[in-house]
Amino acid sequence: MTAQSAAAPRRRGRWTADERRQALWALLFISPWILGFVVFTAGPMLWSFWLSFTDYDPLLAFRGRETQFVGIDNYTRLAQDPRIPLSLWNTFYFTILYVPLCTAFGLGLALLLNRVGGRSAGFFRTAFYLPNMTPAVAVGTLFLLLLNGQNGLLNQVLRVFGISGPSWLNDPEWIKNGIVIMMLWSIGGTVVILFAALRNVPNELYEAARIDGAGAWKQLMNITVPMISGALFFTVVINTIASLQLFTEVYTMFYGAQQGQSAASDREALFYVIYLFRNAFEFFQMGYASAMAWLLFAVIMIITFIQIRLSKRWVYYEGE
Amino acid sequence: MTRRPLFVALLAMLAVVTAACGPNQPADDDDDGQGAPAGSPGGTQAAAEVSGELFAFGFSYENGDTIAKSRVDVFTEANPDVDVQFSESGFEAQPFLAALQSGDPPDVVNIPRNILGSYINRGVLQPLDDCLAQQGMDTGIFREAALSQTQVDGTTYALPEFFNTRLWIINNAAFEEAGLDAATFDFSDWDAIAEANQQLLQVEGSTINRIGIDPKIPEFFEMWVRANGAQIISEDGRESLLEDPAVAEALEYTVGLVEAHGSAAAFTDFRNTWDFFGANNQVAADQIGAWPMEQWYLNVLAENSPEAEITGVPFVTQEGDITTISDGNSWAIVEGTDNPDAACAFVTTMVATDTWIASAEARQAEREEEGLPFTGTYTANSEADDIIFGEMVDLSDTPAFQDAVDAVLESQDSAFAFPPSPAGEEFTQALQDAVNAALTGEDPAAALQAADEEAQAAIDAAAE
Repeated sequence: MTAQSAAAPRRRGRWTADERRQALWALLFISPWILGFVVFTAGPMLWSFWLSFTDYDPLLAFRGRETQFVGIDNYTRLAQDPRIPLSLWNTFYFTILYVPLCTAFGLGLALLLNRVGGRSAGFFRTAFYLPNMTPAVAVGTLFLLLLNGQNGLLNQVLRVFGISGPSWLNDPEWIKNGIVIMMLWSIGGTVVILFAALRNVPNELYEAARIDGAGAWKQLMNITVPMISGALFFTVVINTIASLQLFTEVYTMFYGAQQGQSAASDREALFYVIYLFRNAFEFFQMGYASAMAWLLFAVIMIITFIQIRLSKRWVYYEGE
Repeated sequence: MTRRPLFVALLAMLAVVTAACGPNQPADDDDDGQGAPAGSPGGTQAAAEVSGELFAFGFSYENGDTIAKSRVDVFTEANPDVDVQFSESGFEAQPFLAALQSGDPPDVVNIPRNILGSYINRGVLQPLDDCLAQQGMDTGIFREAALSQTQVDGTTYALPEFFNTRLWIINNAAFEEAGLDAATFDFSDWDAIAEANQQLLQVEGSTINRIGIDPKIPEFFEMWVRANGAQIISEDGRESLLEDPAVAEALEYTVGLVEAHGSAAAFTDFRNTWDFFGANNQVAADQIGAWPMEQWYLNVLAENSPEAEITGVPFVTQEGDITTISDGNSWAIVEGTDNPDAACAFVTTMVATDTWIASAEARQAEREEEGLPFTGTYTANSEADDIIFGEMVDLSDTPAFQDAVDAVLESQDSAFAFPPSPAGEEFTQALQDAVNAALTGEDPAAALQAADEEAQAAIDAAAE
């Protein structure tokens, strides 16, 4: 038997007994994930898709009341509800401001980390990542103190420079900016990903550039950014999705027990997922909330699709 | 590898999956999800005859104070065969929904009275009339305002627990400095309140050093509406009255009190800097002139800044009649409970006169041990309150607090409450949005008009 005949592809559709056995074992090993995906992701998604065409009320369902099919009523209502464009605008505003800032600050901190050597390197990596380990509820509560307009730490620092800081938590013009500042505190995840990417950029490229007379800025734009563009793209995509789903920190700051504490928050801090949550669990309109969830899913899909299409223009993959 | 180990492995996985699904199965295969009908026969409710397990949602025993624990102890001592478990958390809609959907719903729930209407309207709570008859409990012992929140069409669905009301708390030092007399100030005169607000407030540039009069809106806006001779919602909770010009007038007035300090944003920022539960609270630090507040705050002041001089007077209408919002929690039985007898015994015991007295005695003993005065417990059970405040509370050493407590007691019979509306949450949200919109510059009448339409639509939809 020649090497060529040994490597010849088997006929399509025919599996040997050994291959079938191996496939079964493979299936067995990945079955926990498949099971988890079906039970905790795909199943609820399909269920919520069905609910979005019904008037499902969990309390009435508990009492045995049959859920009614309402066609596209919930989707029609989305178009008529004035809080939908408001909450979408708040969410987009936050995303448009947060994602570029998070990427820029994340890259800046990753570059700094990349220059730190010795024993202190581990300390700084830990320090930058530590805020990510803080529970979101604690972050929300902490920033209620830090962002207070009268005696919050941020405005006290601004006062040192002669700047009279705004009311970050109560002025309608500034609430969303205050939330962006709060969320920037937890960019450790982005920093770690970009830092890992920076470590993989070959040193020879910088040496060659330096010999050619390239300065720091040119090295950054022509070597660093292209070489870590894959990681940058990844962080932009996941941060965009996370921003569009912002919930816990803002809910802790302005809703729940804090409801009514800020006059402007009812409008300015009404993010899309918060409004969705309130419809589902405070007003028990689970059908409508499901329609909201699918609208958000569609929005995220479209934005991610656009990002992927645009990525072809600026993302460089070494293997391609 | 042979087929046998693969088959065994698949079987093992199937077993794990089956076992994992186990706890989600209904406890009783015959249970149709509806549970026992209201007032199902359960024999007498004599303490010795109830037994089994009981799960109470929205209540914490472990983290509860003496008043909470001692009442549960009264029940468990009288009913040793009942194993009571608690959710060990306050009421939250989301986990409650999850508990209902679990197939083994809670037996009883401790739930805020303001949101009862949504749950009653959806049939989640069991009518208690048969339970009350079996236990021989007369609802006449409960304060009318509290009871009205728990009844729909004459049927009682929950038993009121605490009774929170509001009164004016005056910082005597600030009033004295402004040349005002705290004891005789007329809170029925809105012009006088606005004038006092200007005299009391202290603002330097954009920095507020003292709030003059805090109207406490949107939280207590409904009281200002009552003071202006109007209501925000009909007595049956099915008609929004937010379009009433008297409501807009109250909103315009109260927003004016806030705006006199510069802006609502600066006002709120300053208020959020207070050491509300500490020794350097806003009275001790002279950061407020006067504000309407829940009566429990008197205890906070008595404990943390007993030297701070305050005057407590009832909230009054422009005609001078006492009025106050009341609220608090209540105990209800969840439809579908598989232990209705124990549930009935539990909810009635938790609000019974003897139970309240036992808990008050426990708290009194605790306070004596700490060397602090017993300031009382404000319950929705007027029979218990008569004994607690008539025979147990003695604040003669702190006459200012005694006067404030008297003002609370004086207000209780004039209290009103938010009715059990089928869309209570949505109504409250719409009203709050309108008040907040006015605070951030929108025209009060226009904001209320929009809220009225939204609230009525929600009520109509929920009542369908």
